Amino acid sequence: MYAVETRGLTRRYGQLVAVDHLDLALPRGELFAFLGPNGAGKTTTIRMLTGLIRPTEGTALIEGIDTARDPLATKALVGVVPERSNLYAELSARDNLIFAAQLYGLPRRLWRARADDLLARFGLSERADSPFATLSAGMKRRLTIAAALVHEPAILFLDEPTIGLDVHSARSLRALIRELNQGGVTVFLTTHLIAEAEQLAHRVGIIVRGRLIALDTPAGLRSRVQGESALELVTPDPGEELMAALGALPAVSSLSRSGDTLHLTVDSVDRALYEVAETTWRLGVRVLAIRSVTPSLEDAFVQLTHLDVEAMQGGTAPQRKGAPQ
Amino acid sequence: MTRTQLIRAWHITLKDIRTYYLKPPLISWGILLPAVFILAFYLRAPGDIHTVAPGLIGLTVLFGATSVEAVVIAFEKRTGGLERLLMAPLAPEALLVAKAASGAIFGIVTGTVVWLLSTVAWSLPLAYGAPLLVIMLGSVTFSLLGVLISLVMREVFDAMTVSNLLRFPMIFLSGVFVPIAGLALPLQVVASLLPLSYTVDALRHLLLGGSQTFYPLWLDLAVSASFAIALYATALALLRRRLEDLL
Repeated sequence: MYAVETRGLTRRYGQLVAVDHLDLALPRGELFAFLGPNGAGKTTTIRMLTGLIRPTEGTALIEGIDTARDPLATKALVGVVPERSNLYAELSARDNLIFAAQLYGLPRRLWRARADDLLARFGLSERADSPFATLSAGMKRRLTIAAALVHEPAILFLDEPTIGLDVHSARSLRALIRELNQGGVTVFLTTHLIAEAEQLAHRVGIIVRGRLIALDTPAGLRSRVQGESALELVTPDPGEELMAALGALPAVSSLSRSGDTLHLTVDSVDRALYEVAETTWRLGVRVLAIRSVTPSLEDAFVQLTHLDVEAMQGGTAPQRKGAPQ
Repeated sequence: MTRTQLIRAWHITLKDIRTYYLKPPLISWGILLPAVFILAFYLRAPGDIHTVAPGLIGLTVLFGATSVEAVVIAFEKRTGGLERLLMAPLAPEALLVAKAASGAIFGIVTGTVVWLLSTVAWSLPLAYGAPLLVIMLGSVTFSLLGVLISLVMREVFDAMTVSNLLRFPMIFLSGVFVPIAGLALPLQVVASLLPLSYTVDALRHLLLGGSQTFYPLWLDLAVSASFAIALYATALALLRRRLEDLL
């Protein structure tokens, strides 16, 4: 049995197809990232998976339970962190967690203990009595995740977990998500940040306009990128003589320079490495670094979706450059 | 509804009481406005105010219970607090009971305070505590009415405005200030459709010894209970239908 499974999952709003025949299967313990631009259908998928909205067509299963038929059983099994940190502004950090424990029916003796344990685990003990409204954005996010873990769910859904956070808070939150997953929690997160999906996920599903267009490990997605390999050579003396010699090498098809770094497009990485090393040695050029440049997940994303990555990461509606393949 | 669901509902009610009872819209519409009416009537005719005591108690219950719902539902829709409740394993019935209880308890407390003060100030009968039953029935009814309005409104301000479209005509047509018997026949027909008419009429039976009443007491109680049941069923149906819109 899968932790999360969808079969032909579809949701329409009038003429708009928000999620279009989605087929997914997540084994227990997986950290899965659902990557796509705003409005791609990520949140709608999470809402169907967590029993908040009903599918128009198809099935969503959590640990084998149909989320539309038994939303209450589904909700008891999962923890949900919505895009908006929506705990109660007037309640303290601790009281918010105690209220979450009450909502999930934990026995009274566990309320305070579980709340204090989570506050300590998420580095919020010193702000336990502060109203939620007075916490920083990073603290609010952490507390919202803590509230989703009060009932120790086996599956955690996070909708854009690091949105609106500064770099430091986002990094510490990613470490926390990784730690939760290593502790056995199946994690399903949505993100429009390619780097976040690449850093965190075992597998990445790319969704555009409601359709799942690719599903693989980050390495698997990168390997789909067609094209030539590349080398980067860093040297303090990238002179004309070196440029000419490298440009004439049989394995090098093109060459460009930015600052002290030379970018070489090559047919074969191992042959080019040998030829470049031999040339620099022969010319007596000092080499600071030489590295093979592999295609990034971003390259894979662009090739698969034909979307403008900068527009997507900036949170604006991405421009489609061509039809998806 | 199971005991587990009822316990969860009670925790929501307690949270709402702690969180929202001192919110400015609730203080102004649920406490200050009834207080202003009471003061205005007292200043106008200090000797006769006991005759409008049933109406003032009914008005207090109406404004208190409905105003709470505008806050605990419309406000939470905006802040995302309602989404948290929908994410939890909570049946729609439990959510409705939880939210309606917040308003009903406010109405019961404020209505009881006005009743007891009236009893002390103007020697009105305690009637073996029976007015409390009427206050409770009215509070539940008006709270459910507030739920209905708040479920379809996006903002607290909108919910308060629409509530006022119902509340103000109601206080002038339900025998709060002018007994229903003194209204023209068409207005008496309208009064018979308003739940506040039966709350105020029942209180007139109990506090003024039946003076200026319009319906029999048993009818007041039966119709009040029927309003509560009908509003519960309607609010539950609306809540089920609008669950996805509350996210």
